[in-house]
Amino acid sequence: MRNVVKRILGTIPVLIGVVLLIFIMLRIIPGDPAAMLLGEHVDQATIDRLTEVMGLNRSLPAQFFGYLAGAVRGDLGVSYKYGRPVTEMILEAFPYTVVLALMAAVFAWLLGMAAGVVSAIHQNTLADRLFMGTSLMGVSMPIFMTALLLQYFLAFKVKLFPLTLNGTFASMILPAVALGWNSAGSIARMTRSSLLEVMQADFVDTARAKGLGKRAVILGHALKNAMLPVITMMALQFSSMLSGAVITESIFAIPGIGRLATTAIQNRDMPVLQGTVLFTTVLVIAGNLAADLLYSVLDPRIRKEA
Amino acid sequence: MDSKVSPPTLTEELKSQIGEKDGLKEKLLRMCRQNKLAAFSAGLIVIVLLLALFAPAIAPYGEAEQDLLSRLQAPSAAHWFGTDELGRDVLSRILYGSRLSLTIGILPSLICLAIGIFFGLLAGYFGGWIDYVIMRLADVMLSIPSLLLAMVVMYTLGQSTVNLFIALSLTSWASIARVVRSHTLSLKESEYVEAARSIGVSGWKIMFRHILPNCIPSLIVLFTLNVPSAILSESALSFLGIGAQMPAASWGLMVNQSKQFLFTQPWLSLAPCLAIMVTVLAFNFLGDGLRDVLDPYMKNQ
Repeated sequence: MRNVVKRILGTIPVLIGVVLLIFIMLRIIPGDPAAMLLGEHVDQATIDRLTEVMGLNRSLPAQFFGYLAGAVRGDLGVSYKYGRPVTEMILEAFPYTVVLALMAAVFAWLLGMAAGVVSAIHQNTLADRLFMGTSLMGVSMPIFMTALLLQYFLAFKVKLFPLTLNGTFASMILPAVALGWNSAGSIARMTRSSLLEVMQADFVDTARAKGLGKRAVILGHALKNAMLPVITMMALQFSSMLSGAVITESIFAIPGIGRLATTAIQNRDMPVLQGTVLFTTVLVIAGNLAADLLYSVLDPRIRKEA
Repeated sequence: MDSKVSPPTLTEELKSQIGEKDGLKEKLLRMCRQNKLAAFSAGLIVIVLLLALFAPAIAPYGEAEQDLLSRLQAPSAAHWFGTDELGRDVLSRILYGSRLSLTIGILPSLICLAIGIFFGLLAGYFGGWIDYVIMRLADVMLSIPSLLLAMVVMYTLGQSTVNLFIALSLTSWASIARVVRSHTLSLKESEYVEAARSIGVSGWKIMFRHILPNCIPSLIVLFTLNVPSAILSESALSFLGIGAQMPAASWGLMVNQSKQFLFTQPWLSLAPCLAIMVTVLAFNFLGDGLRDVLDPYMKNQ
């Protein structure tokens, strides 16, 4: 329990570091944001007024602590372009990204683990080579390639699915598969190598000596132990999925967080970009934390050490 | 204490202690013999590099050579991969595009390697608050999803091809620093480093002369696996329109421009996608093969 608290408290310096880093990176832009927003034909008084409203006349440390204090309370500032609270915009977009990422994750876990287990059981057979070749190909395909291929064949040629998001569940399937494809490859490879390693362990020999069949040993004994590194892998994949969501959302016209970030860059809308990056990073940190905690719950050896 | 203790002999001793008597060359040869796929990939990478280097001589048409009379043509003998909306030969554009895409894969990876080595050695060797600050910074860099981090840099610096190099150079040094740090931590306690320190070798010299060479196998693997992810990041940013800018040709940018013709001229998008996939796949196969012979302990990390 003490360890859990320690681990949670340990994320705080990282969180503050993330806010600081993003804040600094977005503040070193040359030029006056207020002047840029207003365009060329305005007088200095108007620019000064907007600068004050935006709080840009305060010193940088004051701005930073103001932003940090706001962020803790859930206030991420106001969009330059739309004049709306950034938090509100993020919360509107968030459900899309969450559903997309969760569906992609479930797809990746199921496919990845199944392929990994089959490959490990039939090590060095044709099926193994085929699965592992495909998974390495999956890892090597840019997400937009998977997405465009799925869109072309399954939505345009065969018309099984809608081309872009139209509010139905079916229209989320292709984006989720496109997003999960890379992770499925990584998870399959990790499951296979981890399972093969565990199968060298003594307890596997014991179970075999008891007379259990190979399949029963793998599914009943080895898999449970092989899952530990796979879980860590899944948490890491979660971060790359949130990166990938940016691309998937752009191709399938999904108004999620990634789309918000892309349009924020095009609109030079700094508060929105800052807010989306920060929000996504908090999700990643929370995901890593959850995986860590889950890991120690699942592995008694770690629990004891703590 | 023998004052003539020279690091190389002790390095050999250390190597034999952990059962690694083979040198780098022997290991690479062993990989080529045992892992045909990795050897094939290495060959493929050389071919791709040569194609990029001699693109002007090989490409059947110029990089921006337009032929408005033959726009959006399907693949044919004259245009193997067809032509785009301005009548430019897609094969030629892919060959020219490989120069930017490969450079962006390799150069920022080298810069990341340099930054990662520097910070990793510093953190591992000096420890204390230096270690704490560098590693927390690495934690911060690693928690921000890589594409979003690169997007923030592109926002700040402005969207241009040069800034794309900078963005990718700044974003993935953290995992390299972590590996170098953990190597440094264990090597710094070893006898040969102790010996070097006792005869008064300076900290910097120990780090770069005596510790760094022992990290090289891991670093080769990390570099080989960093190149494909940099190529993928470049293509992702360029695909979103916030990476390489016209008139430069890069594979991701080509997909960005051709995706509007996906349903009528799918080959326009497919050809650069395939180029990305084959290159990335080759680097991944090679990286996996190298890891198996050079750094077997890293496999499950």
